[in-house]
Amino acid sequence: MLERLRATVLLLILCSPAMAGPDPALELRAARLEQQLRCLVCQNQTIADSQAQLALDLKQQVREQLARGRSEQDVIDFMVQRYGDFVLYKPPVKPATWLLWFGPFVLLAGGLVALLLTLRKRATLIEEDEI
Amino acid sequence: MKRSLLPLGFFLLLALFLGIGLRLKPQEIPSPLIDKPAPAFTLPQVEDAGKVFQPQDMRGKVWILNVWASWCAPCRAEHPVLLEFSRLGAAPVVGLNYTDKRADSQKWLQDFGNPYQVSAFDSDGRIGIEYGVYGVPETFVIDKRGVIRLKHTGPITQAVIRDKLLPLIRELNHA
Repeated sequence: MLERLRATVLLLILCSPAMAGPDPALELRAARLEQQLRCLVCQNQTIADSQAQLALDLKQQVREQLARGRSEQDVIDFMVQRYGDFVLYKPPVKPATWLLWFGPFVLLAGGLVALLLTLRKRATLIEEDEI
Repeated sequence: MKRSLLPLGFFLLLALFLGIGLRLKPQEIPSPLIDKPAPAFTLPQVEDAGKVFQPQDMRGKVWILNVWASWCAPCRAEHPVLLEFSRLGAAPVVGLNYTDKRADSQKWLQDFGNPYQVSAFDSDGRIGIEYGVYGVPETFVIDKRGVIRLKHTGPITQAVIRDKLLPLIRELNHA
């Protein structure tokens, strides 16, 4: 009887979350999130790439919150509430960032229009020459 | 004539953008916590582990929360300015001792002087994260209702005190 009790207790201890190794699914989710968050100390790195103390602390936060059952979006919201949009490695699309997101395409369109106009002008010049 | 002005126009536009770029301070990330209630916490004090500090202890006062650490070189540079500010008595200064060891922070205060009415001991930096701390020293101005009104990242200087802190504290005290 005592033997059995001891075995049960041992089994319970071994199965407790504290004894379990890192959960691979959780690790994967954490790693993916860490790629999306900016390290604010070393601003051109994600926290995944950084060894700065703050990045380590934030990675710890990400893991703890996911382990507590919070979703990826919850964790991202948590970071944005404290550090602002800057903590997102990929800036969100909103009126303040429209120039950033669409500026290059506007420039490209402008270049194409200029090119077309120049080509058409040149074509008419050549035609006039031929006449 | 008109054609030759075009490259010059482009050049001026580019120079304008680069000039703006030079003036930006990427180190100063605007805090989303401005005009939000200061996050609540309960932390032991640096000087006496048996006592705690909570932001609500400061209700009804305009106060300064200064995040510091004994390992932080810019905090050392800021320290004399902060001592002088504290002596002015314009607003109580509370320290948030960020990711530090108690013995180190106590020694720091003894060696260089203590500008803080009290310092809260945030040994693992969790409360720092609540306040969006990313580069010590950081300074918050919190109003009578416990709302964050200003955040300054980096050492405060005489100019910051004169141009930003004092006018704001005066305004908030009258409110």
